[in-house]
This record gives sequence, structure tokens and C-alpha cells, in this order.
Amino acid sequence: MRITQGCFSFLPDLDDNQIRDQVEYILSRGWAVGIEYTDEPHPRNTYWEMWGHPMFDLKDAKGVMIELDDCRKEQGDAYIRINAFDSSRGWETVMMSFIVNRPAREPSFRTWRQEVDGRSMRYTHEMVP
Amino acid sequence: MNEMSKTQITDAKKRYAAGVLKYAQMGYWDGDYEPKDTDILALFRITPQEGVDPIEAAAAVAGESSTATWTVVWTDRLTACDQYRAKAYKVEPVPGTPGQYFCYVAYDLILFEEGSIANVTASIIGNVFSFKPLKAARLEDMRFPVAYLKTFSGPPTGIVVERERLDKFGRPLLGATTKPKLGLSGKNYGRVVYEGLKGGLDFMKDDENINSQPFMHWRDRFLYCMEAVNKATAVTGEVKGHYLNVTAGTMEEMYRRAEFAKELGSVIIMVDLIIGWTATQSISNWARQNDMILHMHRAGHGTYTRQKNHGISFRVIAKWLRMAGVDHLHCGTAVGKLEGDPMTVQGYYNVCREMHNPVDLPRGIFFEQDWANLKRVLPVASGGIHAGQMHQLIDLFGDDVVLQFGGGTIGHPMGIQAGATANRVALEAMVLARNEGIDIANEGLEVLRKAAKWCKPLEAALDTWGNITFNYTPTDTSDFVPTASVS
Repeated sequence: MRITQGCFSFLPDLDDNQIRDQVEYILSRGWAVGIEYTDEPHPRNTYWEMWGHPMFDLKDAKGVMIELDDCRKEQGDAYIRINAFDSSRGWETVMMSFIVNRPAREPSFRTWRQEVDGRSMRYTHEMVP
Repeated sequence: MNEMSKTQITDAKKRYAAGVLKYAQMGYWDGDYEPKDTDILALFRITPQEGVDPIEAAAAVAGESSTATWTVVWTDRLTACDQYRAKAYKVEPVPGTPGQYFCYVAYDLILFEEGSIANVTASIIGNVFSFKPLKAARLEDMRFPVAYLKTFSGPPTGIVVERERLDKFGRPLLGATTKPKLGLSGKNYGRVVYEGLKGGLDFMKDDENINSQPFMHWRDRFLYCMEAVNKATAVTGEVKGHYLNVTAGTMEEMYRRAEFAKELGSVIIMVDLIIGWTATQSISNWARQNDMILHMHRAGHGTYTRQKNHGISFRVIAKWLRMAGVDHLHCGTAVGKLEGDPMTVQGYYNVCREMHNPVDLPRGIFFEQDWANLKRVLPVASGGIHAGQMHQLIDLFGDDVVLQFGGGTIGHPMGIQAGATANRVALEAMVLARNEGIDIANEGLEVLRKAAKWCKPLEAALDTWGNITFNYTPTDTSDFVPTASVS
């Protein structure tokens, strides 16, 4: 199942030239770039592992692409995403996030239903590898 | 009107003798007044009756929206009445519109109860709009001092936290209103919700008038919609939501419905503007206590915002709602089926989203406004928009907006899922292209056509709606003359 998190998941997977263009855009806005990876893409898994600290004060995308290559070498069968972070007052949050690597076989999710209080329901989601 | 009748009478004996005086003579006009940083300011567009002097009309507006009555009362002298009188301090003819005047009024902070939009509105739009010497009056804009804003909690969630909670960044959010808006059973209704969310939308939405009618009890709707939301989350791996409309006849019933939405795990609830200011502030407090995003559908606003000569500009409604505390607010599309001049609509968006609004006359912003860190409201564009307008929408409104394609999703020739997918692909392709430096305002259609080559649903959407536009002359545009002094 193709997980559609991130802002470009409905497009064909971005190639490295396209990724570099997006990183250049991020840098042009003065945002920091972070690389994160996980093997557990549950929609409520907020904290993916950080591939080092977010990169502040970068001048061009080359540094990010080198880090991304290294991350892919070590975590090639994980999800990898690129995050852009804006430290300006009133935002101080992620401004962009998109997936740049997926495992060969993506997991799926199963909905657990617990019937309570008549027709009411409690839902939770479990990842199925 | 001679100069005497425009001047406040300072001799107390004459000023408080029983009888009727001009409002200006009573002290409601002061052309030399310098507004204080702590004053609340209002700009009215007034149309005085034939023969009524515009300055006296402006003084009357200040009087009737603060302390005045039609005649002199001696009991004024028991108070520090000079400070309680609002002061009209500037009157200018509306450019290009004979007979209409912009009148600026300043109100001392003490005139308003803390944290109450109901109190603000009772003064500012209370008596004055029915006042006989005016043919018409419109509240165009307001400025709130930081001291007063600090008595409001504002949006319970705000754009930043909403995006963090939903894990959605870097693109507009996508929604659709379930159609037909009336008549579906709960089970059929939930089907539409599931198809839309699975196809790629972030949110589905109840419409303004879906509450608990005979064909669908509200609990049924909530149960089936949350089944749809959770199933869609499982098949996409994304957080999904449905705005459950909790609008009801009483506040008690609204709380009951909101509690049920929370129990079922909904991330968002919805209310209509017609519930009123007090109910809005109450449900906003509830939302803040319960980690709930609060969606505001501006049902009814057109009855008083649309005509330029009388009523209230939507930019003022947007300011009041940011203070009252909503997270989503319908602000218009500019390109869709509902009223809205593009620049004026951008003005509403800026009121919702910016932490500071500079004076911006082309967008209808007459006052500088510091929002004192009140959270950002996410504007919603909804009504007669489709995938073929994606470049225009993103060019006009940027990323922090919910784009809602109701008919443009559910009316898709290949089905609801395909409609949703067409919208999501159009959206992501356009954001990608814009970030790559492509001039989407001019080359956007080309971007869409390229994506349609590999995305059948988008191709079908463009074939169906590509030529649909709503090019009517807007009724509500900003009246201004560009001057060098405005920056």
C-alpha cells in the first residue's frame, strides 16, 4: 500500500533532480533542512529518527543531497523524508515535508474496532508489516 | 452647518441645559483628536440623509455607538462623560461615490468588557445602524489595541498546531462538502465521506444546514462518518478528518454533540456563524479544553456583508472571529461561484493569517493591526471551484488555506475517489511546479495538462470543468485612491 504522507505522495516518486529543486526552494526561503527516517510510518508516529541535526545556514542543496545519499546507503529500506523548518517567530514549525525514499514493500494498516456503549465505537490503527 | 454647531459647547451651563443639541456640540466630534494606542477604532461608511451635514452625521454615529441619546441629560454630569464619549475624528468623502463618507471613530478602552465580542457588537453595531438621519451605514474596518486583544484567547488550535497535529505541511489542505447536502441517510452519507478521503482529500465536511433532520439523526451521521474517517486513515496511512457540524438549537445540545464527536475520536468539529457570538466563544472554549479543531462556516454573512453601502464588511467579521476563537473560517474563493473581488478576499485572508496587518487600501485594510500573538486562523476557500483553477487558487492564496471542492469532487465523471485524486494530484503538481520556480499564474494550465497525461482522473476533470468560470462583477470592492503616504 502506498502511504500518502508528505506533500508529494500523489506524484510519481521524485528523482534526485526534482528533490534538489525542492531543497533549493527550501533554502531560498531561509529554512533549515532535516532528514528523518523510520520503518514505522504510522500516521501518529510523530518522531521519526533524525539523520543528524537539521542543517542550518546551508548555501546550496549539495550538502543535503550528500547526506541523503548516506542515509539511503544505511537506511535504504526505510521511509526517508525531508523536512523544512522555519524558525521565524509565529511559525517555528515544519513548513514542508516530503517522502524521498520508500521500502521495496510498504506496510499496511489494520483498523481495530471496539464496540462500546451501544453502537459507539473506539478505533485504533495497527501497522501490518 | 455653521462652525458653531460643529464645535463642542464647553460652557457647562449651556451644554447641559435641557433640550436638543447637535451631536457635534455635545462633544462627539473632535477633528483634532489623536487616537490613543489603547483606543478601539472603527471606520464607518455612512450615507447621510439629504441636508444632513457629514460631520454631524459622523458625530451622531460616535454618539449612538457610545453614550449619547437624542437629548441632553443632566445625569452625564455624574460621570467622567468626556472620556466615555466616542469621538469621530476624521470624515472623508468616499472616492468616486457621491453622498457617501468614511467616518473614523475612536472609543476609549473602558467602554468595552474584556473578552466579549457580544459587548463589542452591542456598542459598535447596536443602535447606530437604524439611526434615521443616516440612509445607510456600513462598518468597514476596526482596529483593536493589544491591551484588548490580550483579553481574548483566540483560535483554540491555530494553523501551526493544526498542521502539526494532522502531520500535513507545505501544501494547502483539501476538503469537500458531502453532497447532496440534505436527504442522504447516515450510511449513504458515510460512503461519500469514505470515498472522498480514500481518494486523497484531507477532510470531508458537513454542510451548514445538516444538523439532525428526520432523514438522518445526528448520532447516525457521526457514527458512520467516523467509521469512514478511520477506514480511510487505514488505507492511506494519513490522518483524515470530517467536520462534524454540532450546530443545534441550544448550547446544551451543541455540547452534547461535541462530546460525542470527541468520544469517537474526531479531530475537528464545525459550527455555523448563525449560532451567534456568545455561542461561538463558548464552543471555542470547549474546543480548547478538548484538543479539537473548530471549523466556522460563515452561513448567513451575505445578508449583511455583501452590499457596499449598508451592513458590515466581512473583514470586520473575520477580526471578531479571530478574537472569538475559531480555527477555520470560510473567506471566499475569488474565482468560484460566490461573491468576492480577489484583492478584497486577499484582505480577509491576511486578517486571518498574519500576525501583523499593515494598512493596505487596495485590499480594504484601513488600519494597522498588531495581532498580539493571537493564533492564526486557517482560511477556507469553498464554493464552485474545481481542479482546473488550481494554479489561480494557489497563486492567490498560497499554502495556508483549505481548498474545498464539493461538486468538483463528487460530480466527477469517474466517481468520487477519482474526483478526490484529480484534486490532490493537481494540488501537488502545482506546489511542486511553483517551488521549482515555474510562473504558475501564467503557465499553470500547462502544469495541469502535463499531470493529466499520466493521471486519468485529472484529465477527466479538466475535460468536464476546464472551461467553467464565474466571471461576474463583484459588488463588494475596496474604494480607495492610491496615495504615496500609504506604505
